[in-house]
Amino acid sequence: MSLPKISQVAGRGVYVPGDDVDTDRVIPARYMKCITFDGLGEYAFYDERFDASGRPKPHPINDPKYAGATILLAGRNFGCGSSREHAPQALYRHGFRAILAESFAEIFFGNSITLGMPCLVMDGHDIRALAALIEGAPQTGLNINLLSGRVSLADVTFPAELPDHAKEVLIDGKWDAIADLLEGLDAVKSTAAKLPYIQAA
Amino acid sequence: MGKTLFDKIWAAHTVRQLPNGMTQLLIGTHLIHEVTSPQAFGMLRDLKLPVLYPQRTFATVDHIVPTDEREEPFSDSLADAMIKELRKNCDESGIKFFDIASGKQGIVHIVGPEQGITQPGTTIACGDSHTSTHGAFGAIAFGIGTSQVRDVLATQTMALQKPKVRRIEVNGKLAPGVYAKDVILHIIRKLGVNGGLGYAYEYAGSTFDHFTQEERMTVCNMSIEGGARVGYVNPDQTTFDYLRGRPYAPAQADYDVAVARWKSFASDPDAKYDDIVKYDAADIGPTVTWGINPGQAIFIDEKIPSPEELPEKDRSTAEEAYAHMKLRPGQPIKGTKIDVAFLGSCTNARISDLQEVARYLQGKKIKVGVKGIVVPGSQGVAALAESMGLADIFRNAGFEWRGAGCSMCLGMNPDKLIGDQLCASSSNRNFKGRQGSPTGRTVLMSPLMVAAAAVTGQISDAREVFGLS
Repeated sequence: MSLPKISQVAGRGVYVPGDDVDTDRVIPARYMKCITFDGLGEYAFYDERFDASGRPKPHPINDPKYAGATILLAGRNFGCGSSREHAPQALYRHGFRAILAESFAEIFFGNSITLGMPCLVMDGHDIRALAALIEGAPQTGLNINLLSGRVSLADVTFPAELPDHAKEVLIDGKWDAIADLLEGLDAVKSTAAKLPYIQAA
Repeated sequence: MGKTLFDKIWAAHTVRQLPNGMTQLLIGTHLIHEVTSPQAFGMLRDLKLPVLYPQRTFATVDHIVPTDEREEPFSDSLADAMIKELRKNCDESGIKFFDIASGKQGIVHIVGPEQGITQPGTTIACGDSHTSTHGAFGAIAFGIGTSQVRDVLATQTMALQKPKVRRIEVNGKLAPGVYAKDVILHIIRKLGVNGGLGYAYEYAGSTFDHFTQEERMTVCNMSIEGGARVGYVNPDQTTFDYLRGRPYAPAQADYDVAVARWKSFASDPDAKYDDIVKYDAADIGPTVTWGINPGQAIFIDEKIPSPEELPEKDRSTAEEAYAHMKLRPGQPIKGTKIDVAFLGSCTNARISDLQEVARYLQGKKIKVGVKGIVVPGSQGVAALAESMGLADIFRNAGFEWRGAGCSMCLGMNPDKLIGDQLCASSSNRNFKGRQGSPTGRTVLMSPLMVAAAAVTGQISDAREVFGLS
C-alpha cells in the first residue's frame, strides 16, 4: 500500500470560531446511520449550517467568499467528545485537507492523521490573526509546511506544530498504520501467547 | 521506583516499537457495535484481510435499536440495514454477537462487564469514546475510530503514543444524595473538559475504594468528557467479587489463579505519577450542568455563573451556552422547568442506578406534562429490574419502561428530544443537539436528580424532594 508523502498542504482557509467544538457538531449522530462513509461530506457541521427546514444559516462554510476552502481554522479542544471517525471523514469528504487549531481532542487527532489530514496546533492569537488576514483576502492561499512547522499567507508566517510521530508518518507517507502493524504479526502472536486471558479464549 | 497499573499493562501488551516511535500495542479484548464497525469490515474486505483473533472480539447492538418496537424489520430502514450488516459481519468472521434474541443485548459498555468479558490487567478497545468505562476493572480501555477498529480486527493491535498518568485522589465519604456521577462531574468541572488531554486518569483514594464496581464504572465512563481517553481504578476485592461466576470470567480453580494475576497489576504504593490532584468528598454536592459541555457544571444550589466569574478563556463558550440553553447568568438552576426526564445510558443505567432511584420513587408520580423514560442498560439489567419489582415502580410513577439501548443519550434511534425541549438526563453529554434535536437542551445529573426533576417538573434538589439527610 503506497500512500502519498504529505509534507505540505496548500489551499484557501476558512475560520470556524469556537472552543470545545465536539464531534456531534461536526457530524450529527443521525447522519451516522450508514454502513459506508460515502456522502458524509455534505453533512459536515450540518446543524450549524442549516436550520430545521434545511435552509442555510449564516456560517463561514456557507459563505460564498470562502467556497472551496480546504484548510479549516478552529479553536481550542477541537473534535472533543465522541470517537466517531465519521467526523474527520465528513470534513475530509467535504474537501478539507488540513486543520489548524489551538488544540485537538486526542481521538479526533489520531483519526484525522490516519486519513492523511494533518492537524496542526497554533497559538490562539496567531489563529485569530491568521483568520483576520484570510477574511481580508479570502482568495489568497495558505501554505502549510510540515517540515518547517510554519503556515504562511502571502508574506506573513506563523508557527504551526505537529507532534514528531505524526509529522514523521505524514512526511514518510505512512500515516495509515495498517502496513506497519501487519509487519509485526509474528511479534503479535508471541506477545499474545504470554497473556493467559487471550490464550484461554 | 514502583509502577502504575497503566505502566504494567502497557508493558505486558507492548508488541514492539514502530519506526515512528509509536508503540504497537496488543488489544486483548475488542468490543464492537453497529455504528462504527461496518466501514471497518468493508476496509478489511478491500484489503482482503481476515479477522486475526475472532474469539477476542465481542459484538452487540445498542446505538440504533428502538427501545419500544423491537421487532425486525425496524421501521427505520437505515437502522435495519445496520443491524443486519453487523449480524452478517459477525457470522462471516466467527465473532460472538449478543444479538437482541440472545437476551444479553445492551449498551456495549454494560454488556462487557455484565458478561465478565471486562477483566483486570487487560487492554480493551471499542469504537466508542465511553470505552473508558471498562477501566473501572483495572483495565486499560481505549475509545477508537473506525480505522483503528479495522487495525484491531486485522492485527489485534493499534499504534499508540503512551500517555502520561494523572492520579486523581478523592478521599472521604459522600454526603447522602451525592453520587458517583456528582464526583466525576465535579472532577471535570475542576480540571476542565480538555484537562485530561494526553493523560490517563487513575482514580484513587478512599472514596473510590469504598465505591461499588458499578459506581466506579460511572466515574471511569466520563473520563473522556474530561479529555482523558483512559480512566481506571485499581482492581481489588470489590472487582474480583463482581467478576466471580460471570459467564466469561475464569471459572473455579482458574479464578484463583486469575485473581492472583489481577492483583499484580495494581499500581505499586511507590508508583510515580506525572501529576497528582486531590479532592475531598465532603466538598462535593449534587451537581448539574448548565451549559453545552460537561465542564459547565454547578452544585444544585449555585447560580449559573456570569461571564465575569469565569476565566477569560471560558467566556465565549459560556455565551454560546446561555444562548443555546436559554438560561441567564446569575439565575439559579434550581426551578428550571423540564420537559423530558431520561434515565439511561452507559453512564447510569445499571441495576444499582435503578435500585437507588426506585427506593425513593416508590409511591410517587412524575409531574403531568413531563415525559419520563427509563432505558435499562442491557436486557440483563431489564430482566433483573422486572424480577425485583423495580420496573413496576417506574411504570406506576408514570415513566415509560423501555428496552435496552443507548436511546436518548444520543438520539440515533427514535428516542429524541423535540424542538427546544429541556431534558433532565442521567447521560454523559450535554452537547448542542446531542439528544437528537438541534435545538434540544440537556442538563446532566445523577439518576436520583433526574427522578426529582421528573416528580417536580423542574430541576430540583433530590435531597429536598425525597427527604434525604
